[in-house]
Amino acid sequence: MRVGQLFSSFAVATLIAGAAQAADVTVATTAIVEHPALDAARDGVRDELAAGGYVEGQNLRFLYESAQGNPATAAQIARKFVGESPDVIVPISTPSAQAVASATQDIPIVFSAVTDPVGAKLVGDPMKPGGNVTGMSDLSPIGKHLDLIKQITPEAKTLGVMFNPGEANSLSLLELVKQEAPGRGLTVVEGPATKTSEVLGAAQSLVGKADVIYVPTDNTIISAFEAVVKVGIDNRLPVYAGDTDSVARGAIAALGFNYYDVGRQTGKMVLRILKGEAPGDIAVEGVDITELYVNPGMAEKMGVTIPDALIQQAKEVVR
Amino acid sequence: MNLVSFLGAIEIGLVYALVALGIYFSFRILNFPDLTVDGSFPLGAAVAAAFIVSGVDPYLATLLAVVAGALAGLVTAVLNLRFGILHLLASILTMIALYSINLRIMGRPNIALITEPTVLTPFEGLGLSGLYLKPLIGLVVVLVVAGFAAWFLTTNYGLGMRATGANPRMARAQGIATAKVTAVGMALSNAMVALGGALFAQMNGFADVTIGTGTIVVGLAAVIAGEAIFRARGVVIAVVACVIGSILYRMAIALALNADALGLKAADLNLVTAILVALALILPGARNPFKSLFRRGGGT
Repeated sequence: MRVGQLFSSFAVATLIAGAAQAADVTVATTAIVEHPALDAARDGVRDELAAGGYVEGQNLRFLYESAQGNPATAAQIARKFVGESPDVIVPISTPSAQAVASATQDIPIVFSAVTDPVGAKLVGDPMKPGGNVTGMSDLSPIGKHLDLIKQITPEAKTLGVMFNPGEANSLSLLELVKQEAPGRGLTVVEGPATKTSEVLGAAQSLVGKADVIYVPTDNTIISAFEAVVKVGIDNRLPVYAGDTDSVARGAIAALGFNYYDVGRQTGKMVLRILKGEAPGDIAVEGVDITELYVNPGMAEKMGVTIPDALIQQAKEVVR
Repeated sequence: MNLVSFLGAIEIGLVYALVALGIYFSFRILNFPDLTVDGSFPLGAAVAAAFIVSGVDPYLATLLAVVAGALAGLVTAVLNLRFGILHLLASILTMIALYSINLRIMGRPNIALITEPTVLTPFEGLGLSGLYLKPLIGLVVVLVVAGFAAWFLTTNYGLGMRATGANPRMARAQGIATAKVTAVGMALSNAMVALGGALFAQMNGFADVTIGTGTIVVGLAAVIAGEAIFRARGVVIAVVACVIGSILYRMAIALALNADALGLKAADLNLVTAILVALALILPGARNPFKSLFRRGGGT
């Protein structure tokens, strides 16, 4: 009986909450997993909506669900959102975006933090998506990353790239690195790790084979980034990262963007749809703002000196 | 819970009912704790998706996925029976090997099927929206597979399989080739799981190498929840219990997703799901305090 009461009070609570939130606009966000970058993107969307006049709790109902790493749950979250017919759904990460896109052909979708939206079949033509789906890609500016590496360590010939072969985004990045590297006199050596416990071993396997280590925005490697830094310090092997957050954790430099800004930019696209534009008319966007982070102290430990000119340009210098 | 999320829970519950049936075969019928399913579920998805994008008919692709799943089950069985590796470890070895194999099969970690033809395509012209069509197709597939499973377990061969799991020495004494029977059972079990994976990929528009995560936990929860609710001993009812248990598990998740009104956060999802499933298990027991809570539903 107690359980029955629990369920009825649960139902009442749902009703009350539903009545209290007589919001003008509903935006539903979901991510495949809790992760600092994905969470930051979500917060960016929320803040941009607030800046655009849609404040959570006043005239905006802002929903968020995480699939806690389980794609079947992601599919259920997609159904839940579609059933509530919000004004816009913002799926963050590739599996979440695919689950939502296959659940509705009507509700506008603005995906975020998807590296390869065409490969993921979210949009056909990124310039003119057509249907109900648009969004932004978080593809790293790989060419600029390699330029930065050549600027700080011009003598480097081989580039050790660390990635999880199980992450779709990382494989697209690796392909890009392989395309861009030869033009800059770099040969690519792969350092794959399928889980965080393998990262240390993968980094050690690059010692002697690579002149510098480059870690793209790979969830697995970033989770165990300290292991890569340790190998870098022990072997005086400079470690570069594809995301700026990792500079404070020991990368010597990174030219990146932060996911909060990605979220803000995604939020701008959501605002355009709320103001009446059709998602099919909005071209898929790439990351606009890049920023340089450097860590001269760590560079010294890894046997490298960062040129003063670069330190002057940096948005942030980690001491 | 709105209509779409209710039907979604039924649809995904039906897909995972195939997993629950597979796990019922290995854990309950054969008494073989098989973790291969964490690899054979994405294997089914990977094989179906890879063949579909290369232009193979979706039905043939699904059939090939089922065959691949059966082979995965056979590998585990051979590692255990032929080479004497402990069953749990044998299945873990197959499972981790399948992670790499799935990546090889797909050539990349994620294949999108949103715009590809699937097993659903021939039915899309019938005027039924995907909302109802998907659970309906799921129901038909589950009815066929569950019907087959129930029939199979009541045949002489199925009886031999049940005897093998219950008491292998007695079964051998009765002239049952227990090793062969176990291998067939493991192949059937993982074939059903792979069918679930192939359907999941086609209904949700993508195959991803991570979709196997926690398959064993979800499947076992469904089997045990079904058993706790039905508490019957017959195999036919046990098969039905697997299906019902799987749908109940998905309903629990759908309910947990709507728990924000109680001040719960998205991060609490797994905890809320666990509590709801625990309640589903405790509830019937509380009404019948004289009956044992964890009586096994079938097999013996």
